[in-house]
Amino acid sequence: MYDIIVVGGGHAGCEAANIAGKMGMKVLLLTMNLNNIADMPCNPSIGGTAKGVIVREIDALGGLMGIIADKSHFQIKMLNNSKGPAVRSLRTQADKRVYPQKMKEALKQNSNLEIKEGLVEDLIIENKQVKGIILENGEKIISKCVILTTGTYLKANILVGSENTPSGPHGEGRSNHLSDNLKKQGLDIIRLKTGTPQRIKASSIDFSKCEEELGDDTYYTFSHDLKPCYKINEQQKCYLLYTNEKTHQIIRDHLKESAMYGGYATGVGPRYCPSIEDKIVRFADKSRHQLFLEPESIYYDEWYLQGFSTSMPRYVQEEMVHSLKGLEHAEITKYAYAIEYDAISALQIKPSLENKILENLFTAGQINGTSGYEEAAGQGLIAGINASLKLQGKEPLILKRNEAYIGVLIDDLVTKGVKDPYRMLTSRAEFRLILRHDNADLRLREIGYKIGTISKEQYERLQKKKENIFQLEKELKETKFVLTKEIAQIFKENNILPPKRNMSYFELLKRPEIDFKFISLFKKFEYAKDVIEQVEIAIKYAGYIKKANNEASKLKKIEEKQIPDDIDYKKVNNLASEARQKLSEIRPKTLAQATRISGVNPSDIAILAVYLKKEYNNE
Amino acid sequence: MEDTICAIATSRMVGAISIIRVSGPKAISIVSKIFQGHDLKKVKSHTIHYGHIKVNDEIVDEVLVSVMLAPHTYTKEDVIEINSHGGINTTNKILEILLDKGCRLAEAGEFTKRAFLNGRLDLAEAESVNDLINAKTDMARKLALSNLSGNFSKEIKKVRQKITDIMANIEVNIDYPEYNDIEVVTNETLLPKLREVKEEVSHLLNNSKNSKLIKDGIDVAIVGMPNVGKSSILNRLLNEDKAIVTDIAGTTRDIVEGSITLNGFLINFIDTAGIRETKDVVEKMGVIKSKQVIADADLVIMVLSNNAKVSSYEQDLIKIIPENKRIIFVNKSDLDKKINLDLDYIMGNTKEINGLDTLKEKIITLLNLNSIDSGDLTYASNVRQINLLKKAQNSLEEAIKNISQNIPIDMIEIDVRKAWNNLGEIIGEVYEDELLDTLFSNFCVGK
Repeated sequence: MYDIIVVGGGHAGCEAANIAGKMGMKVLLLTMNLNNIADMPCNPSIGGTAKGVIVREIDALGGLMGIIADKSHFQIKMLNNSKGPAVRSLRTQADKRVYPQKMKEALKQNSNLEIKEGLVEDLIIENKQVKGIILENGEKIISKCVILTTGTYLKANILVGSENTPSGPHGEGRSNHLSDNLKKQGLDIIRLKTGTPQRIKASSIDFSKCEEELGDDTYYTFSHDLKPCYKINEQQKCYLLYTNEKTHQIIRDHLKESAMYGGYATGVGPRYCPSIEDKIVRFADKSRHQLFLEPESIYYDEWYLQGFSTSMPRYVQEEMVHSLKGLEHAEITKYAYAIEYDAISALQIKPSLENKILENLFTAGQINGTSGYEEAAGQGLIAGINASLKLQGKEPLILKRNEAYIGVLIDDLVTKGVKDPYRMLTSRAEFRLILRHDNADLRLREIGYKIGTISKEQYERLQKKKENIFQLEKELKETKFVLTKEIAQIFKENNILPPKRNMSYFELLKRPEIDFKFISLFKKFEYAKDVIEQVEIAIKYAGYIKKANNEASKLKKIEEKQIPDDIDYKKVNNLASEARQKLSEIRPKTLAQATRISGVNPSDIAILAVYLKKEYNNE
Repeated sequence: MEDTICAIATSRMVGAISIIRVSGPKAISIVSKIFQGHDLKKVKSHTIHYGHIKVNDEIVDEVLVSVMLAPHTYTKEDVIEINSHGGINTTNKILEILLDKGCRLAEAGEFTKRAFLNGRLDLAEAESVNDLINAKTDMARKLALSNLSGNFSKEIKKVRQKITDIMANIEVNIDYPEYNDIEVVTNETLLPKLREVKEEVSHLLNNSKNSKLIKDGIDVAIVGMPNVGKSSILNRLLNEDKAIVTDIAGTTRDIVEGSITLNGFLINFIDTAGIRETKDVVEKMGVIKSKQVIADADLVIMVLSNNAKVSSYEQDLIKIIPENKRIIFVNKSDLDKKINLDLDYIMGNTKEINGLDTLKEKIITLLNLNSIDSGDLTYASNVRQINLLKKAQNSLEEAIKNISQNIPIDMIEIDVRKAWNNLGEIIGEVYEDELLDTLFSNFCVGK
């Protein structure tokens, strides 16, 4: 008997299985196809705005995605480098062949983890408790917990024009009965849709007509432990190109033939990632739309045409692609398609990612209504951790909105539910100034150490870093800045006015125009780059960080106001009827969570607060 | 809202008609039980029906009943209004019957509270209902009505929309940094936009000062030595205008001795008993008390006697009154002139019929009452709204200041978002503890 069975070997499944194994659980990872473990069926990249921070958080908590991405990318960029530190994020072009390969290697090293092929069609359930799974062939496997990370495979349909094929991505099989069986148990099933663009044969592209997009010339890693394992000058290029009036005309002429506009699709597609026909219809006045060409793998002859996802029939896709500059003679190796799939209602999931209706069932990734490898991996990690913690008899790990993007992600899901596939955005994180790329380890590693996903060695390294941050701040405060002739000259050369009075280096750094890079021209502080970065951000943005922390502690107050599980909202007088219905359905754990439910007004919160005080003496 | 509430909606004095309002899911079925006439369960919405209120075969009153079905009603619930014409006893009797048949007596402001909870009114609008009920002058009534119809909320929403647009653009730049067809908001392009928004918030804030004058009136203190004629000036002003002499609490902790209207504004004369009762006016206590009265008043009329020299106490008093709210009135112009004062003053006496006209004129010019635009009544109208506007203004100022410090735009946006939240709070779109308890306790029964 296994402790945990993880169903699905995508990004959520890999993280869930690995972390549970790391926490000492006996784990079985079931996948439909061993070759598809950690497959990247859509874009060839890991990270991106906000998503890159999630990858850092996964790494800080002992997950795999960061390390594997570091080992398998051929281009890396720090996005928003010109903006503030709060919105910076790494994005890699990950090699579609290397990434899954490295992931499999990593999973094989996990001695508590067993991987097996099999298509799950049902769960073994007794008294609303999940006890294992039933395979397509009828074989039963029992376990204490089950984690479903089925991606798009639940009743998946591939749509190309009016063609509708029951199939998973890459013509894989699909699970025909699992979502129906979940529905019978009382779970609400929703239907979502996503899409992927064409793949183009490299040798058929005229790259000279496209603009080059290069990687950064600074070394970066997602991992807090690895050294960079790539060479800056060996990074691959991506290319930028645009649609034109001709493209738009073709799309308008054939609009009714697309699955979306022809009415062949029923699922709800993502707002932030519209198909090209959507873009043309919704932004009719735009004369062009931006597209990117990204290599899928240095071992493949295929390029990914980002921004051109569509559900048009194949012959229209040919015309559309050939209307693009540089792709006049392009050979399409894979046509774009839309895929529809079943997902469960996120409102029936607890913040621990355990199901509210079926005990010992956890879910993560697209089945919860999200989109994106990183969002999936982040949830997979938490599902794996919480299933393990439950079996260890411990409290679940629930990250707060001011602790991690992963916390924001899960809180949004279970509080607001999902109408279209959920993608993480920086604007969803009201505390993004605290949730930075650069401080993921400082935020989360201690938690990881406590639950056993971070090693002693990693923990000690973190303590050392903290100590160094403290030391450097101290040193800056204690070291007087003296304006010698030489230093005055350096100020002059850089067009910076020197300070008129004596001050410490700490104070000097508060000036907007002065940074460590400039100071290093005349004074060396011997500390690691990441230590200097922390201190610099803390000094430069002290005012804003303080504001954010104040807001966070305000939130903490109502976050601590627990709502008892047994509350009967019918007994709370004066609640607006919509609020009453939503509260009864979602059953928020804290007053803070209740405030974030749409349709629950401030007045309802006030009423609820008074009720809690009266009925439960909840201060 | 599960229960059905009822209350007498009209004033409880003897009148030709009283209206009893019933609101809630059982409004129709409860009233049907006691109404003899058309079957109210079958009539169309927003219609009026003649009939009788009948209990145990006894006709209580001849009535007209208005039937308004949810959601197009004041509370967004089913509402019935019973127009009775039997005077206060009959009206009370009908109310009792309704309570007996399953209605609950509405709490203070509960109809408006329901209108708010059911999304019929936003917060600023709900607050203006209270203002409307308590309006003492015509202009105050107009202001409340204007705000009730959402004019102030509209202004707030307009400014807020501008901020939303700015924020959305900043956000899209952050989340999609590689899309170079999208306009990039930089600190430079942001600055003029923020200044514009800040100006609009400041404009609303400036107007709100007028709103306080319109709503609560102008507090005027009359100060001076005993026997200079303060009481007779006050009495004369009050008598001339058939003043409403009341003992109701004024805007602050002061007691209003009486009020008159001037150019449509309510002028409240503040009791200065504290000063008058001090026997030895040269005493230090007297000055301290005067200071308090002077600080609280919008306008201070310092009364001197034409027939006496200015004492040192009077000179001290003049000094502590800020010039912009000081009127020196030299009384007893009919007596011999002995006064020695090199400040501007106006003269008059209370004996002649028009002796106080110049004083009134002076009040009007000093407060700029003629320039207050009564046509554009979109003002913030209470302390809560004004404080939030101020907070929004501060946050915007902070953002503008930080732009010059070269702070990255995503951090500037933190200040901008704060202003956006403050504005949202005015119309009730952000959660704030205990806000509503205070708010709804200010309402009187039945709208």
